[in-house]
Amino acid sequence: MKVLTLNFLTCAVKTCKASNDSFPLHPKDAELAKDGVEINPQLLVNVLPRIDWTALRTTSTELGFPALPEQPPTAEDLTSDEKMLQELHTLLLETQMLEGKLVCGHCGHEYAVREGIANFLLPSHLV
Amino acid sequence: MLPTPDTSHVPYSRVYEPAEDSFLLLDTLSSASETSFLTSHFSPTTANPRPAAPLVLEVGPGSGIVLAFLTAHALTLFGSRTLLTLGIDANRFACAATASTAHKASTEHAATAALFLDAVQGDLATALRGAAADVLVFNPPYVPTEELPALLPPAAAGESGDGVASGWDEDSRLLALSYAGGRDGMETTDRLVAALPAVLSARGVAYILLCAQNKPEEVKERVRGFGAGWKAETVGSSGKQAGWERLQIVRVWRAGVTGI
Ligand SMILES: [Zn+2]
Repeated sequence: MKVLTLNFLTCAVKTCKASNDSFPLHPKDAELAKDGVEINPQLLVNVLPRIDWTALRTTSTELGFPALPEQPPTAEDLTSDEKMLQELHTLLLETQMLEGKLVCGHCGHEYAVREGIANFLLPSHLV
Repeated sequence: MLPTPDTSHVPYSRVYEPAEDSFLLLDTLSSASETSFLTSHFSPTTANPRPAAPLVLEVGPGSGIVLAFLTAHALTLFGSRTLLTLGIDANRFACAATASTAHKASTEHAATAALFLDAVQGDLATALRGAAADVLVFNPPYVPTEELPALLPPAAAGESGDGVASGWDEDSRLLALSYAGGRDGMETTDRLVAALPAVLSARGVAYILLCAQNKPEEVKERVRGFGAGWKAETVGSSGKQAGWERLQIVRVWRAGVTGI
């Protein structure tokens, strides 16, 4: 599962939706791998405005990557800075979480990730 | 006709095999009228020259044939390759199948393909961040049945849900998840329709397949009742029987919202 995907997913428990602590989910015991994905600068520039940057900074740090700047780069920053573009591409699209858990900061539920597939089905007592 | 994605690797003993409903979705989404609607809906405007990349979500992709089609032919269907696609399916085997189908199809059509993110296991869009879906496609379990299959295998129901179950019973549970719709074939679709205002972005468009027993006119009325601007129209159909369309695709969107 890609780091960018994590930016779109939250705890599936209904009562967690209203809480700021349910997003982003926190990776635990994460086993990472790197996939080669062809870089598409235009895509990254257009993806940028729909990323929750604060959540991405948290995820990135929790996965052991160097801290991201406090503010997201602008489209102009990205198109003129090849190194930043490449780093963001590697973080968002090439880094895969293969195994581990995703933990909700509100209810504490742990979602398992196995073979790159996260499981958000809830046990019956949480539905 | 755009090429149909290869699904020859999909284990059909436990994942829904593409059928008339899947092909109706392909035909409808690649029809001249829908292509032109989607292209203009998500294209840059003078007020918004750089719209954010749309997120295309398919709920219950099964073999992945529809999501792979949308991914591989994004440039033709949406007028742009800068889209993200995501699948959420309750069946873990369907998640793996969808990822393979999408990767194969986008490698084959690299020049027109959007970016496939992942297929994750989940119940409808309950794990998606609010208002994140710009395009939502749903080929639901629409067959009227006495009961709904359990979302989790019996052994795992009390735990985290990743218990490994196998055997013939488990395979039939997984297949039933893809077609068994409970009362009026609508028990699962009702939940998704009720969640649409929270799941779709302001510019979001949903395509939902319904059969005649699902009472599609009532579903459309319910969507229009969400509030001002909500639209629901039939944009594709197949299998005319005694004047009734057996299957139809309903497009749901909010009028007057394009771009961001
Ligand atoms: Zn939670």
